[in-house]
Amino acid sequence: MSTPLLKLRSVNKSFKSADGSDRLILENVDFTLKEGEIVALLGQSGSGKSTLLRIMAGLISADSGEVEYAGKPIYGPVNGISMVFQSFALFPWLSVQQNVELGLEARGVAPDERAKKAKQAIELIGLEGFEGALPKELSGGMRQRVGIARAIVLEPEVLLMDEAFSALDVMTGEHLRDDILELWQSGDLPTKSLLVVSHNIEEAVMMADRALIFSSNPGRVRFELPIELERPREPKTSEIHHLVDCIYTEMVNPQRRLADGQLDYGLATERSLYPRANVASIEGLMERLIDPEFLGRADLPKIAEATEMGDNAFINAVEDLVLLEFAMVKDGDLIATELGGIFGNGDSELRKQMLGQQALQTIPFISDLYQELKSAPSMKVSFDVLTKSLGLSLDKRDVKKTLDLILEWSTYGELFDLDFKARKVFLHSESPVRI
Amino acid sequence: MSINAAKNTSPNLKETENLAVAPSGIWDLMLLPIILLILLVLGFGAEEMAKPFLVGDPIPLSLDAANLPYYLLRTILRMFIALAFSVVFAFGFALLASRSKAAEKVLVPILDILQSIPVLGFLSITVTGFIALFPGSLLGVECAAIFAIFTAQAWNMAFSAYQSFKTIPAELEEASRIFKLSPWQRFWRLDIPVSMPGMLWNMMMSMSGGWFFLVASEAITVANQDIKLPGIGSYIALAIDERDLTAIGLAIVTMLIGITLYDQLFFRPLVAWADKFRFEEGDGEVAPKSWALNFWRRTLWLQQLGLKFIKLFEGSFRFFRKRTDGTTAPSKNLIPSHHFARGWDILVMIAACLAVIYLIKYIHTEVGLTEVLHILYLGVLTLIRVVVLIAIAIVIWVPIGIWIGLNPRIAEHSQAVAQFLAAFPANLLFPIAVVGILHFELDPNIWLSPLIIFGTQWYILFNVIAGASTIPVELRYAADNLGLKAWTKWRRYYLPAVFPSLVTGALTATGGSWNASIVSEYVTWGDTTLKAEGLGAYIAEMTTAGDFPRIALGIGVMCIFVIGFNRFIWRRLYLLSEKGLNF
Repeated sequence: MSTPLLKLRSVNKSFKSADGSDRLILENVDFTLKEGEIVALLGQSGSGKSTLLRIMAGLISADSGEVEYAGKPIYGPVNGISMVFQSFALFPWLSVQQNVELGLEARGVAPDERAKKAKQAIELIGLEGFEGALPKELSGGMRQRVGIARAIVLEPEVLLMDEAFSALDVMTGEHLRDDILELWQSGDLPTKSLLVVSHNIEEAVMMADRALIFSSNPGRVRFELPIELERPREPKTSEIHHLVDCIYTEMVNPQRRLADGQLDYGLATERSLYPRANVASIEGLMERLIDPEFLGRADLPKIAEATEMGDNAFINAVEDLVLLEFAMVKDGDLIATELGGIFGNGDSELRKQMLGQQALQTIPFISDLYQELKSAPSMKVSFDVLTKSLGLSLDKRDVKKTLDLILEWSTYGELFDLDFKARKVFLHSESPVRI
Repeated sequence: MSINAAKNTSPNLKETENLAVAPSGIWDLMLLPIILLILLVLGFGAEEMAKPFLVGDPIPLSLDAANLPYYLLRTILRMFIALAFSVVFAFGFALLASRSKAAEKVLVPILDILQSIPVLGFLSITVTGFIALFPGSLLGVECAAIFAIFTAQAWNMAFSAYQSFKTIPAELEEASRIFKLSPWQRFWRLDIPVSMPGMLWNMMMSMSGGWFFLVASEAITVANQDIKLPGIGSYIALAIDERDLTAIGLAIVTMLIGITLYDQLFFRPLVAWADKFRFEEGDGEVAPKSWALNFWRRTLWLQQLGLKFIKLFEGSFRFFRKRTDGTTAPSKNLIPSHHFARGWDILVMIAACLAVIYLIKYIHTEVGLTEVLHILYLGVLTLIRVVVLIAIAIVIWVPIGIWIGLNPRIAEHSQAVAQFLAAFPANLLFPIAVVGILHFELDPNIWLSPLIIFGTQWYILFNVIAGASTIPVELRYAADNLGLKAWTKWRRYYLPAVFPSLVTGALTATGGSWNASIVSEYVTWGDTTLKAEGLGAYIAEMTTAGDFPRIALGIGVMCIFVIGFNRFIWRRLYLLSEKGLNF
C-alpha cells in the first residue's frame, strides 16, 4: 500500500470564544484518505467538520497534531488539493471561462494552454455554451458546475467538497451529485480521491465508500461506517435504507459510540441540554409520530421523509423530543412516550403548559433563569447578559440561534415574557403589564 | 465523455455584449478624429502647466468669455490628475491598512485626522514647499493646486477602499487562497473589483468636493502674493475681486458644462461598466446605461485596443505568480510575534508623548495660552453655527427627501442633481450674501451662516432620498393598508426607515460644513469683506496674513472639534441606528 494522500494524526484545534477563552472545536482527530476512495464526513453543524476540511485544504493550521499530504507536511494550500464551496465562491465579475481559468492563471499557465484545459473541463462538466456568461446569469446548479470545473481543471489528486450540494434545491442537487458520480465511475475525473462534507445522510450513503460521523462539542470521530455497495447505487433500495437507518440511529441515540467501539454513556455533551429546534417543528414531528400512519412508533428515515424536514432540522427535532422526554430512540425507531402522546393529542393550552413544564425540568439554563427571576420578580435580564452566559459554553456561531430558541420555548411555555424594544426578558405574569 | 446539463437555462447575455459582437464601421470613422483631438487638447493643457514662472511674475488672467474653454480645460486636467492620485492613494492606503495590523493601528486614526483637516489648511502649509520643489517653473504652484484638490477628494475614497477590503466575502477570500492567487493577482482579481462600486460612488462625491473648493485651490496666497492659476476657480476669484456679475454667471454655466462632461464622458461609462462588480443580483433594477460606453463597445478598434491592453496586463499575473507550494516549509515565521506588536504599541505611544510635549512648548512660545483659549471660544461659535444649521437642514430636507424617494421617477435623477448642487462653490453666492447683508444692514454673524451648509446640505437630502427609495414596496402597502395616520406614520414608518441613511448624510454634511466654514465665515466681494466671528474666519484671516503658527493652531483646534463631534455624537447615533430604532 502506497502512502495515503492525506493523513491526519491527533489533530486539535480551538478557537477563541466570546469571553476570550479557548473553545475546543476538534479533539484528537485521526483521519486517512487513500487513493481511489470517496469519504463522507457527517455531523451536525458545529461539529467541526468544516474546520477539519479547511485544515486539510491548508486554509487554517491545526493547533497540534500532524497534517500530511503525500507524506509531506502541509503549511498552506497545496497544488494537489482543490476545493468546491457550499456557496460556490465564484468571482461574480469574471465570466465562466475566466472563473475556470483562475487557478491556471495563478500557476502561470500560458493563455493558449489555459483555454484548452478550461474548454476540456467545461465540456466535461456540461457547461458548453455558457463560457461567456457571468455567474449571476446562471442558475444555482449551473453555478456549482462552474465551481466544480474550476476545481478539477487543476487536476487535483484530492477534491474537497464542502456541502457542495446543500445550497441547491433537492432535485438539482441530486442531479449534479449523480453527474459527479458518473464522472468518477468513468475515470474521466483527474481526481484520485473525493472528500465530501455533508449533513445529508442519504447523500453520504449514495456517494461514499466510507462515512465518518462526527460528534459535536468538541468534534471527534464518533463512528466510522464502511459502505461497500456497488456503483451506480440505486436510491431507495433496502441496503441504502438500512445504512441510512443505521447512521440516523447513531446520530440521535444518546448512547454514543466512540471510534474505538466503546460505548459513551455521558449523554450530556453540554450542547444537547439546549433547545435546537423551534416549537413548530417539535409539534409537527410529534403530531406526525402519533398519527395513524406511525401510531407512535416510526422508522427514523421514513418519518424523516414524511415530515419533509431537512436532515439537520429533523435530527434537531428528534433530539429535542428525546430531551423533553416526549420520545425516545431505539433500534432505529422513534418511539413516543406516554407524555409525548398526551402532548401530541393536547390542545394548544395544554401543549403550552407541558412544554413549559418539561423545558423547566430538562433544560438547566431555563430553570436557572427561572429561579433567578422567581427570587426577584421585578427583575429584568437583558439579552446581552444571556448571550454572554451562553457564550461560555457554546460555540460563537450557535449562541444567537440558541438564545432565540430558548426565548421561543420559554415564552411559548409561558415561563417568561419579552420586551423586544429593551431586549430584556422577565417573568411571565397572567396579566401582562404594558409599559 | 460529457454530461448533458439542464439546457433549459439559457445564458442571458447582456445586450451590450451583443452590441460588441457586431460593431459598425461608421463608429470607427467618426471616433478616430474625435479621440485624436481630445488627446491633442490634453497634451496642450499639460504643456501649459509647466511654463516658466517665478513668484511675483504676473499670470495673465482675464474675464473675457472666450478664455473660458481654455480655463475649463486647465481645471478639468487639474482635477483629473488629482483624482488619479486620489485613487492610487486610496488603494495604497487600503492595502497597507488591511494587510498589516501594525499599520492599521496607526493609519486609520491618521486618516481620521487628515479627513478633519480643512482643505485650505493643507494648502497654506504645503504651498511654499511645492514651489521650492520646482524652482523657476509654474509646475510648483500647479502641484500645490492639484494637492489641494487631492486633499478635498482622497480621504473618503481611502476609507471606502479600506472598508471594501475589510469586508471581502470570506468564501472568495478562501477561494483565492485555495487557487493560490499571488498578492498581485488577488489585488486585481478580487480587491479592486470588490471595492469598485463604493469607490466610484465616492469618486463622484469627491469630485463635488473638488469643485466646491476650486476657488481656494486655484487662487493661492503665498508670502503675501496672490497667485491665480489659469482655471475656472481663479476666474471666479477674479470676478469676485472685480464685482463682475456677468462673469459669475458665465462661470456658473462653464462649471455646469465641466461637471456634465465629467459625468457623461467619465463617470457614467465607468458606472455602467462597473455594474458587473456589484454583488446583488438585479431584481428588476435597471442597469445603468451610458452612450459613451456603448460608443466604445461598438467601435471595433477601440474595443480591440481595450482587449489587447487587458490581455497584456493579464500577462503580468503569470510573471508575479506564487512559486511555492503549501508543502514547502515557510522560510520564516511570517506572523509577527506578540513582542513585536507590543513593541510597536510602545513605540507609537512614545512618539505621541514626545509630540504632545513639543506641541505644548511650541504653542507656549509662539502664540501663548490666551490665544488658545480665544481659538477654542471661536470653535464653539462655529460649532453652534454648524449644529443649528444642520438641524434646520434636517427639518427641511427630510420630508422633501422622503417624498422624492417614494416617487421613483423623480428619485432617478436626484443623484445627478445632488452632485451638481454639492459641487457648487459657496464663493459664487458671495455677491448675493454681501449685497444682501449690506443692503438690509443685517448681522453677518447670523446671516453669513447659511453659506456654511450651502454646499453640504445636499448630502442630507441625497442620503434621505436613497434611504426612502429602498423602503420595500410591501412595507409601503402595509402602511397604507393599516391606514397609518399623520404622526404615527412618521414615528413608526418614515423616520425609522430613513434614520440610518439620515445619520450617514448628516455625518458627511457636518464634516463638510466645518470645512466650508473657512470659505463662508470670511466673505469678500470686491473690496468689501464681511466676517462672521468663528474658527473658520480665524483660519481664513491668518491664511491671508500668512501667520503660520496661528494657521496650524486653528487647524488643530478644528480637527479636535470635528473628531470629538464624530466620536461623541455621530458614532453613537450610528450604533443606535444599527440596533434598529423606533420613536
